[in-house]
Amino acid sequence: MPPRPLAQSPRKVFDGFGFCQRSVSAFVQPRTVEDVAAVLSRASEEGIRLGMRGSGRSYGDAALNGGGLILDMRHMGRVLSWDAQRGVIEAEPGLTIRELWTRTLADGWWPPVVSGTAWPTLGGCVAMNIHGKNHFRMGGISDHVLELDLITPGGEHVTLSPTRDPELFFGVLGGFGMLGVVTRIKLQLKRVYSGRLKVQQFHTPTLQSQLERFEQHTQDSDYLVSWVDCITSGAGLGRAQIHRATYLHDGEDPDGVAMLDPARQDLPGHIMGVPKSVVPKLLKLFSFNLGMQAVNLVKYAASVVGSTKPYLQGHAAFHFLLDYVPEFRQSYAPGGFIQYQPFVPKEVALPVLTELLRRTQRAGIVSYLGVLKRYRPDRVLLPHALDGYSLAMDFPVTATNKADLWRLCGELSDVVTEAGGRFYPAKDSVLRPQDVQRAWGQDRLSRFAALRRRADPRGVLRTEWAERVGLDVFDR
Amino acid sequence: MSTAFPRVLIVGASSGIGATLALKLAGTGAKVAAVARRQAELDALAAQSSGRVLPYAGDVLDYAATPALFDRVLDDLGGLDLFIYNAGVMPAVEESEYNFDKDRQMIEVNFLAAVQWSNLAAAHFEAARAGVLCGVSSVAGERGRRGSPVYTASKAGLTAYFEAMRNRLTRYGVRVVTIKPGPVQTPMTEGLKLPLMIPADRAADEIISALEGGATEAFVPAIWRPIMFVVRNVPSFVFTKTNI
Repeated sequence: MPPRPLAQSPRKVFDGFGFCQRSVSAFVQPRTVEDVAAVLSRASEEGIRLGMRGSGRSYGDAALNGGGLILDMRHMGRVLSWDAQRGVIEAEPGLTIRELWTRTLADGWWPPVVSGTAWPTLGGCVAMNIHGKNHFRMGGISDHVLELDLITPGGEHVTLSPTRDPELFFGVLGGFGMLGVVTRIKLQLKRVYSGRLKVQQFHTPTLQSQLERFEQHTQDSDYLVSWVDCITSGAGLGRAQIHRATYLHDGEDPDGVAMLDPARQDLPGHIMGVPKSVVPKLLKLFSFNLGMQAVNLVKYAASVVGSTKPYLQGHAAFHFLLDYVPEFRQSYAPGGFIQYQPFVPKEVALPVLTELLRRTQRAGIVSYLGVLKRYRPDRVLLPHALDGYSLAMDFPVTATNKADLWRLCGELSDVVTEAGGRFYPAKDSVLRPQDVQRAWGQDRLSRFAALRRRADPRGVLRTEWAERVGLDVFDR
Repeated sequence: MSTAFPRVLIVGASSGIGATLALKLAGTGAKVAAVARRQAELDALAAQSSGRVLPYAGDVLDYAATPALFDRVLDDLGGLDLFIYNAGVMPAVEESEYNFDKDRQMIEVNFLAAVQWSNLAAAHFEAARAGVLCGVSSVAGERGRRGSPVYTASKAGLTAYFEAMRNRLTRYGVRVVTIKPGPVQTPMTEGLKLPLMIPADRAADEIISALEGGATEAFVPAIWRPIMFVVRNVPSFVFTKTNI
């Protein structure tokens, strides 16, 4: 019996992590490289468009493909090899960050770059070129990928590395799944001597002082991140709590080796005395502008009176803030939320970020959570990072604010691109074609279009994000 | 004319309750996509409704063709507000007849195809966070009856499926409506002597009234609700002695 046409595959409602974007797609779940090759070739023959998806942690529509086919990669998540001496792992794309470190930490290796949640798959990490709280030192995950296997819709099976077809390699990294399906990832991990980091927190009363402290600490920190109060205006605009962390040297932590046991990396069951399962419901009670102003005030006050003395914290607890509260996103129910994360050059960070915060406040659409991070330039063809900062802002979406929120984000994007800034597809829900064109520029987009014509001549790969920002139009 | 449901899809619409529903909903100003096997009957509906009923010839048992047909209807209507699964068969089954061919047809048309079509509509409504998903089941689904074992089983299955859909979709703002008609004068019941029989026209009016009124379960006519309450609670040892 011939296989059933892909369009008749089971369907499912898929959403973005911010759950304000959703669509229905047929889906298939490949388990082997052969399955992937077969689906690609059949999709091309049947004229069905195909988008990849891992754990669905992209906030917007980057892993949505309404009306088409979703290639759900979660069942291809095997570790293919692990070299505990050199810290080199080879894995399939469906392996999650959590599965990765639980396999390697006991041997003294931690992923050099992790996102704020441990659930993304490696395929998604590579496609989005994820960053962590250490981009200013370690770059994106692309800086640690030694090799990739890629199958293109055009039928090529290629192994790529920084020296083997670098144009395609650096196109695939951060190429949001538009150049083919990655089936093997070889990654260099980072040696650690303790399961913990040395962490220090302090507060900064203004945006300017915050940026100054970041610059001051880029040399002596391995990780830097700040929570920004986006609601307070006036003299306190952009006040923040900064966390900086450093790795511990060999022997510096007496319990370091014991803490390498993944079982010791559990996230705490309570947050400020509140059981984790109750937190989303509690946050929901404060999920309006004044309520969140109060939450931000309390949090800032706690950082002001809190000790600045360094303390030790497990890697997982430090990194995976988003995983502390399972389903924290439910506090944004029913409308969901978007995250708007512009990247701006350091030279103009102060005026541009000030302008962005002021515009949100003037519009009466304030971000309930703001996170600032520092970056260095990136080698990939379509980078989101640059020598500067990103400010990630979470906005609740409601039936009444949606049109205004999208309009506001359009205005913010004009400010960002005018200042030479960029954006991050994994977080995006609002970008317009002109934003992407201005952020990446003609030369980069033309090179990417050339790669797409080579890898995907019949235009099989598609996501709602790529369509929204006009990549198909740009190809012609 | 304003209508509560501007875009409607009815599966099983060439005659009986389905055809009457299609015409009445079209009369309220809705665009109604009507799916059934018989092209001629559908064309007649289209003509009678001045083109507001759009005919789609298709067999609900052609499972391979159904997803594409559903997508085509959605494209043509430009979305969907109300989905009604109304296809059903009830071949005569004699005393002591154990006929898998008839049984299979009833399970497939009344239940399996209903699941396939309703799943497609349910996914669309869940993603849209809106819509009304309606299944025409039957009072026959309330108890297993000696005269029609598999018909009653197919309708019991449909009723349970729609209850499950309601439990799944209510949280997403989708209303799921189970219609439980008693005997209705349609080609399906022609020549049968059944109690409390009503014309299809009245059945359609009551169904539309339930759909517009926000109901999630409606007996048609309403008198079947207390009757079925009693019937559901008759102990099995008594039921085995009846001819119901």
